Amino acid sequence: MKYLFEGVSRSALILLVLFFAALLAAPMFANDYLIVVLITILYFAYAGQCWNIMMGFAGQLSLGHALYIGLGAYVTAALYVKFGVSPWIGLFPALAIAGAVGAVIGFLAFRFGVSGVYFAILTIAFAEFARIGFDHFGWVGGAAGYFLPVANYTQNDFFNLRGSQHMFYYILLAMTLAAFILCHLLLRSRAGYYWLAIRESPEAAEALGINIFRYKMYAVVLSAALTSLGGVIFAFFYNNLFPEQVFHISRSIELILGPIIGGIGTLFGPIVGAFLLTGLAEGLREIMLRLGIDLPGMKQVFYGICLLFVVMFLPDGVWPPLKKKLGLDRDSEKKES
Amino acid sequence: MTTEVVLKIAISGVLTGLVYGLMALGLSVIFGVVRVVNFAHGEMMTIAMYLVIVFFSALGLDPLLMLVPISAVLFALGYLMQRAIINPFINRPEHSQFMLLVAVALIMVNALLLIFGPDSQGITTSYSFDSFDVGGIIIDAGKVYAAIAALIVAVALFSFFRLTLTGKAIRACADNYNGALVVGLDVKRLYSLTFGIGAACVGAAGTMLMIVTDVTPAIGPAYTLLAFVIVITGGLGSMPGAIVGGILIGLTEALGGFFFTPSAKTMFSFGILVLVLLFRPQGIMGRKTA
Repeated sequence: MKYLFEGVSRSALILLVLFFAALLAAPMFANDYLIVVLITILYFAYAGQCWNIMMGFAGQLSLGHALYIGLGAYVTAALYVKFGVSPWIGLFPALAIAGAVGAVIGFLAFRFGVSGVYFAILTIAFAEFARIGFDHFGWVGGAAGYFLPVANYTQNDFFNLRGSQHMFYYILLAMTLAAFILCHLLLRSRAGYYWLAIRESPEAAEALGINIFRYKMYAVVLSAALTSLGGVIFAFFYNNLFPEQVFHISRSIELILGPIIGGIGTLFGPIVGAFLLTGLAEGLREIMLRLGIDLPGMKQVFYGICLLFVVMFLPDGVWPPLKKKLGLDRDSEKKES
Repeated sequence: MTTEVVLKIAISGVLTGLVYGLMALGLSVIFGVVRVVNFAHGEMMTIAMYLVIVFFSALGLDPLLMLVPISAVLFALGYLMQRAIINPFINRPEHSQFMLLVAVALIMVNALLLIFGPDSQGITTSYSFDSFDVGGIIIDAGKVYAAIAALIVAVALFSFFRLTLTGKAIRACADNYNGALVVGLDVKRLYSLTFGIGAACVGAAGTMLMIVTDVTPAIGPAYTLLAFVIVITGGLGSMPGAIVGGILIGLTEALGGFFFTPSAKTMFSFGILVLVLLFRPQGIMGRKTA
């Protein structure tokens, strides 16, 4: 426990506890719509945190994380529908498969010295490959989609992940918290310091005797496996999977906008980014609704303009300057950014 | 009979591939010089394609006549984009540039959706249904014209970079940024010019592509990916590589779509991309650098 709180200032801890308490209590005050918005936020915060391990810590830009979401979703959904396997058991093969696919991509790329833009495009290529592959994979519905039986929402079947929005909310909250703590610990571990060294300068890291191939592999496999858990929730919350949606490049981009806008490589970045972007999207939707504007594309144009301004004027994301404002900038957080 | 069908499909694939190659050439020129991956490339092409539709329905102009004006419009768009928003990002990390262009792409796709609606639109020219019969092999006339026009634009571009002073100055920027600054080149302006030229390429390619296909606002990202695949296959930054990659990918898609199902055709190009990245990361025609 002492290790867990090491280097976290008192004010940061108080703020964190208050924030978490607010999220814990939120369902008591929120209506159904708000709960769905919060679920979306937590989903992006979780997935963004997982992506951040690879890009924010180890500096490997993946633009194909929808691949791991999709694998997690399809594996657990298929096991549940075809064999009645509980998603709590099905998530282990999902973790293994996503981790293995991550390992294959990482192995191929890092063995052959594929990095930077090339690596990013390789990850897109694998995700697109999976998208078209699943389109023609009849066993799980192909392009026509794969559906989970919709359960009666009056009672929660926790074991089979069938139930109310509140259940999903608390599961996602727990996952987001767990991912946050894991990343916090990772950053203070040997691997975490190695990753930062690799991110800042692969040559220097290698010269210092770090096995950069191995540590890059750790980052990719860990990130891929954890991301697949997000896919499990995605499948059981939405109850339908279409390759065109799940694996699409726009999904991958959606996942990584949060951590980039929030602040890449920071622990709070993915969470702040998820709140901001989902809040922005929902806010714009609300404004359009109020103004009676019902034009397809209008909302996204404004969304794009907001993104443009954020990247132009806040190059490090929203969190680093926000952290300064909140007066949390004195101690350990400095090491991460 | 079957060999003739296969030949017909192969030729048609090569012809379309030449137009793809021109599109990818734009991406390659931009990356080779400015070192920014244009994630809004396909979206810029859809803008050109919609311009064709607007001019065609308003004035009844043939796409071949619109080649120069539409390229000029896209040149202006690219020049202004580089000048206004990309130049300040030149020294930012890759993910930052990526975000910027993703935002631009998002705005472009949805602005087109807002203006033109989600439906697929196309044009019918006087030669849309014409074809040539070469020794029993039927070839679409539209594809032939499009491919010839694409080749002419590509050759013009090669000559520009080899023969003119501006072209040489741009290549100097690509070779050595600091060196170019030292000898007094206005690198920022040359970057804007380059992005404009890349955009003009994609404008010309989009205009030609309208002869053979339809357009929807949502198709942009697919063309962006296609351009990536081609450019990396051919060699990122290599101009002949883009054309060779375009032909290869056009051929692969045509034959893949014929022998398997058309909806799976892009899988083959991604397969080629993966193989190239793994065994020849610098691309077929790329120079071995880093």
